[in-house]
Amino acid sequence: MSIRVIRFALVVAAVCAMSVSAAASGPSSPPATSEDCVACHGDAGARRADGRSIAVDAARVAASIHAPLGCVDCHAEAGKELPHPDRLAKVACGSCHDDVAGKYHDSIHAWAKEKAGLVGAPSCADCHGTHDVAPHTAATSRVYRDRVPATCGACHAGVREKYDAGVHAAALKNGASNAPVCIDCHAAHATARTDTDAWRLRVTGECGTCHANIVGSYRRTFHGKATSLGSARVAACADCHGAHDIRTAADTTSTVSNARLVETCGRCHQGATAKFVQYDPHPDPSDYSRGAVLWWANRFYWLLIPGCFGFFGLHSALWYWRSRNDGGRS
Amino acid sequence: MTSAAVDASPEDLRASERGTAAPLDDHVHLARFDPATRRLHAVVMATFLGLAATGMPMLFSEAPWARALATLFGGFHGAGLVHRFFGAALLAAVAWHLANVCYRAFVRGERGLFWGPTSMVPQPRDVADLYAQTKWFFRAGPRPRFEHFAYWEKFDYWAVLWGTALMGAAGLVLWFPVAASRLIPGWMFNVALFVHGAEASLAIGFIFVVHFFNGHLRPGKFPMDLVIFTGSVAAGEMRRERAAEFARLERTGAVRSFVVPDPTPAIVRRGRLIGTAGLVLGLALVSLIVYAVAR
Repeated sequence: MSIRVIRFALVVAAVCAMSVSAAASGPSSPPATSEDCVACHGDAGARRADGRSIAVDAARVAASIHAPLGCVDCHAEAGKELPHPDRLAKVACGSCHDDVAGKYHDSIHAWAKEKAGLVGAPSCADCHGTHDVAPHTAATSRVYRDRVPATCGACHAGVREKYDAGVHAAALKNGASNAPVCIDCHAAHATARTDTDAWRLRVTGECGTCHANIVGSYRRTFHGKATSLGSARVAACADCHGAHDIRTAADTTSTVSNARLVETCGRCHQGATAKFVQYDPHPDPSDYSRGAVLWWANRFYWLLIPGCFGFFGLHSALWYWRSRNDGGRS
Repeated sequence: MTSAAVDASPEDLRASERGTAAPLDDHVHLARFDPATRRLHAVVMATFLGLAATGMPMLFSEAPWARALATLFGGFHGAGLVHRFFGAALLAAVAWHLANVCYRAFVRGERGLFWGPTSMVPQPRDVADLYAQTKWFFRAGPRPRFEHFAYWEKFDYWAVLWGTALMGAAGLVLWFPVAASRLIPGWMFNVALFVHGAEASLAIGFIFVVHFFNGHLRPGKFPMDLVIFTGSVAAGEMRRERAAEFARLERTGAVRSFVVPDPTPAIVRRGRLIGTAGLVLGLALVSLIVYAVAR
């Protein structure tokens, strides 16, 4: 017998003795302490019968945001008796983080994992890590803003490649901490499928959290009014600008560059020409430089409408007043 | 534009020439709007209400009621279809009216359509009438003696004609943008949408407030004037309201040729029903706009 096996046997014996004494003295047995767990799992070479490592680096746990917790706070089943069964229930993060778990439960990721049987779909640990879980504000965290594209990109590699080519990734690299990462548009936990009308209509609002003026001008257009009323058949932001590889209009590879507008508009408006794409999808009637005729039209109606209502409003008021004083005769 | 009159009997005409005809009883009805005019008004009224109700969700797309109003017509796309249908119907009605005016003027050789007391064309007397009316408002003069169409009625007519032409053109551009882009540059779509909306605000506000007040809700007419639904007006009312026209007709003796049977109770009931529906719907739509703007 090796020293290790003897030590393990001793621990088991000690724990059994404690359990027995606890059972004798009261209804509940005292939970196993983290020291108990480390006794086995603290060994870097600890392995299961099937050869998989069961080693836990106690120092990583101690450095994590869960340091104040004991092992059995998460691995509850392991605390009931030692040695614990070979297979323990999955850690239920939702037992503490129930609000987040609720959002996750309704997400496309949970659906994929639990309903569609996609075993590779992520649950909590895939993004947050396990024993080394860190707050999203810590630069070491996998869910720290700057690291989110890499974390999501571990599965969504193709999307990450596109994102890295776009303006938002460039802004992030240049230190713009408010530049959007995956979770800003897609949500971290309530991640929804993107092929629904509801998502198409909602994501325009997400663009508006930063680009308020741009979305405001879009809302003045036929496209923007239609999406406001729930139509998903007209252009929303991503239909022209792209979703992940958004580039500036000055970039000739951009879908909204002058070089590609005919193609981009033509995806919906078959037969669009260079003359057609002189349309301004973000008009501002108060900006003369964006369109002089629109500016003049705006001016004209700002005079005509108050002028008409002012004149006939006064006319009607006087008429009413005169008729009233005339005994109701017209 | 003018009323189709029943032919005056020779006896009436002779009596009138001798100046011996008895004055018309106040309750006798005189023709004012011929059936074609009333039909045109009915089509304009129905399509205008339909266009307003289906267009307002777009114009006020971020108002809290916008989606609900569109849902009444089957959502955004349903409302769009209904809007185009009513738009096409209104354009057709106005085109028919213009063709009819041309036919009457140039084929039948009818006189007085483009100038004179029964014409819709603004004339110096309209300016004089407005001035006199203003003086009357301030008790500085007598009530002006109006002819067949008063200045505010001419304004209504030309506003609808101008508005339909402008909004119809803009609406067609927005309906067929790719085809329109063969004639005009894309930035004109921006202008078209703006003008369509601005002109719509003007038209809705004008018809549902000013026209309703002038035509129906003002003291003396309240709650509504049925003349556009029955086609005729009582002689007493005409003598008061259209003093110049009444005097002219009496002078020429033609007044008796305008006498028509009193509108039947069924026609009056139908007029009240249609008029009330129009007023209620119009004022309801105006309330929605006031709510959206004031919010």
